[in-house]
Amino acid sequence: MSTVIRLRKGLNIKLAGKAEKILLPETAVDRFGVRFADFPGLTARLEVREGDRVMAGTALFHDKAYPEIKYVSPVSGVIREIIRGEKRVLTEVVIDRDGNNRVDFGIADPLKLTREEVKERLLTSGMWPVLRQRPYHIVARPGTVPRAVFISAFDTAPLAPDIDFVMANVHGNHLQTGINVLSRLTDGKIHLSQEAGGSRVAEVKNLTGVEFHQFSGPHPAGNVGIQIHHIEPVSKNEVVWTVDIQDVVALGRLFDTGFHDRERIIALVGTGVRHPKYHRITPGASVGGILKANLGEGNHRVISGNVLTGRRIAADGSLGFYDNMVTVLPEGDYHELLGWATPGLKKFSYWRSFVSKLLPRKDYEMDTNLHGGRRAFVMTGHYENVLPMDIYPIYLIKAIMAGDVEQMENLGIYEVAEEDFALCEYIDPSKSELQEIIRSGINLMIKEMN
Amino acid sequence: MSFLLDKMKKMEPLFEKGGRFEKLHSVYDGFATFLYVQDKVTTGGAHIRDYMDMKRTMIIVVIALIPALLFGSYNIGLQHTRAFGIVDWSLMQMFWFGFLKILPLILVSYIVGLGIEFIVAQIRGHEINEGYLVTGMLIPLIMPIDVPLWMLAVSVAFAVIIGKEIFGGTGMNILNPALTARAFLFFSYPGWMTGDKVWIEGLTKGGAIDAFSGATPLAVAKLDGIARMPSAMEMFVGTVPGSVGETSVIAILIGALILLVTGVGSWRIMLSMTLGALGMGLLLNLTGGNEYTRIPAYYHLIMGGFAFGTVFMATDPVTAAQTNTGKYIYGALTGILVVVIRVFNPAYPEGTMLAILLMNVMAPLIDHYVVQANIRRRVKRVRTA
Repeated sequence: MSTVIRLRKGLNIKLAGKAEKILLPETAVDRFGVRFADFPGLTARLEVREGDRVMAGTALFHDKAYPEIKYVSPVSGVIREIIRGEKRVLTEVVIDRDGNNRVDFGIADPLKLTREEVKERLLTSGMWPVLRQRPYHIVARPGTVPRAVFISAFDTAPLAPDIDFVMANVHGNHLQTGINVLSRLTDGKIHLSQEAGGSRVAEVKNLTGVEFHQFSGPHPAGNVGIQIHHIEPVSKNEVVWTVDIQDVVALGRLFDTGFHDRERIIALVGTGVRHPKYHRITPGASVGGILKANLGEGNHRVISGNVLTGRRIAADGSLGFYDNMVTVLPEGDYHELLGWATPGLKKFSYWRSFVSKLLPRKDYEMDTNLHGGRRAFVMTGHYENVLPMDIYPIYLIKAIMAGDVEQMENLGIYEVAEEDFALCEYIDPSKSELQEIIRSGINLMIKEMN
Repeated sequence: MSFLLDKMKKMEPLFEKGGRFEKLHSVYDGFATFLYVQDKVTTGGAHIRDYMDMKRTMIIVVIALIPALLFGSYNIGLQHTRAFGIVDWSLMQMFWFGFLKILPLILVSYIVGLGIEFIVAQIRGHEINEGYLVTGMLIPLIMPIDVPLWMLAVSVAFAVIIGKEIFGGTGMNILNPALTARAFLFFSYPGWMTGDKVWIEGLTKGGAIDAFSGATPLAVAKLDGIARMPSAMEMFVGTVPGSVGETSVIAILIGALILLVTGVGSWRIMLSMTLGALGMGLLLNLTGGNEYTRIPAYYHLIMGGFAFGTVFMATDPVTAAQTNTGKYIYGALTGILVVVIRVFNPAYPEGTMLAILLMNVMAPLIDHYVVQANIRRRVKRVRTA
């Protein structure tokens, strides 16, 4: 086994509402949606119209720039609505579930196929978008061969699911096939990062064809971008791919069964739900079913994903394409008298000016209040403490704000994704939108490089 | 307390666009957000945010200044009794005498400074920046107690407008605004900022007892020789003439502790600046040169404005170096410069203010080289890969 890479920097946010390790049986879902915003940088071309019948695996739309990348329906049914937002920008394709028709892509052993055949199968089956690339943290471009593939087998985000628990309960033994699929796509290694101590799940432990790494330390140690930085950082003109571990299973399932089936296990968490537990669900499925009769009293925010990087959805909105959890938190739309001056016994904080820092308490209730107003950057030396990378966060942010492409490149834009800056954003006393700035910087790079 | 909130909500439309007091929106907003953390929720990115904000950050610094303010008040009284041969004042009498003398300085500093901040915020359509809460307290503490109020007002206006706002406001300024105010006075009205009269309340009007000299320890060393300086203990406790807040190292250390425990002040700068000054002092002790080089190195840490400057001025995150490596270099160079100016400059006995201002200007350059090193590491990686 490899040595443990120890990360000191970062922060575990002690948020209350962790899921109990109980997996609930699947609930029937009759509404699905595929959201365009889940794929940054995508310009979509629709392949279906409202009223069309689709099978699980039927293409809904494709990428205008890379038409071979298809995005397919996760379920059999009828297109109910194609929602557009301001300026008629595509927002979501909504599908009413009906019947159980699936496109059969055929069973195959990836190790007996050529790279082109494997790619072709992934592209037509709509499984390709589970592959994402660094730089830019976008859907992988089919023309490139990645230097390596990185998989994170643990999640350190607040209230994140226990990946070991998930892997022990996932349907079927497709993980090794999934790894085999990936091995056909790169000439380099497949890196799998685990928490110190490794996995207790036999299927993960006994994987072949991967290089294991172990990490210890607070969030964001589980972010694949941080792991890449410490294993083999991405430099200019290099491309690596990343895949969520549950999607590796889905890749294997595609080749073992012939069907596009991304069913996964997610954690439903947060103080806004009565019974935080694990659920079986397919990305795109409405979370209304699992939330029904489970939402707490009061005004809540439902988030697909974790509290730092997730997307706000309606109480019956659909689970994001890449998400492995749903978080429900109380909204913070209240006034607090002299709130900035309280000693902070019940206020978890990164900052040591809160008494809570001295308390042994394990979890704190939190809400969506901004706790202050937007200001210019004043504090220094703290953003670095929650970003375990050899990168100067504020210098990169300022280069992005100035639109200085060369400096952005110099300061490490290729290595980062917005999720890596989420903690900087969380602790920021100036309340800046750092993740949004990082994404705008990445978008600018994509534009400049094409 | 909800009647307060109701009242506030009721008043809000008056200050909105089109309301009767539209032009006072920034003032309303400043007070409303001061009174209540608003009901604003996160809209994008992280859905939860830390409870820390600029108000809390700045207030912590103000709290850290209070020990220096309290001791400074007492010391004004104490020095006054010494100068005028008063023997029967109690400790509280001295304190209240001093406090009432410094109160007008504080009021003028806040009224002029915040007034300008409110106007600028209104013009720019920003919320009020809390930075001036700290600056407004720092300025009276680094002034001689007898400074005329109109001079104070002019220097505050100069510091806020020329030192800060023309650069884009809090967060964008190059020079520490409080030191800018002091430097402005120092060069415009040197008679009020140096000498042996201005540090003691009432002394400029004359009438002191014969044997009394109101010179600061630094000036004593320069003019009368090292042997005539107050004892180290006196300088450490702070019962010597000087700017209001700078004399007591003990009070400043309490403030330093508050800044370090809360993580608001940079320990890197405080440590490296202290070591820089101490190292330079020791070096001069060894080499010799002039009379002044023989001052024990540790005296530099407890004399004049060094302690105050190290804890409250050099650590200003906006004007200091911003990278961690840069902070060590910035701090050490500032410490060295303080001693160099003190020892080798014939014109001014004190060097802290000028050293920090000079290093404020150099800080971006230091950071530039630190960041360049980071860039080189990244470029090297590509070549070897």
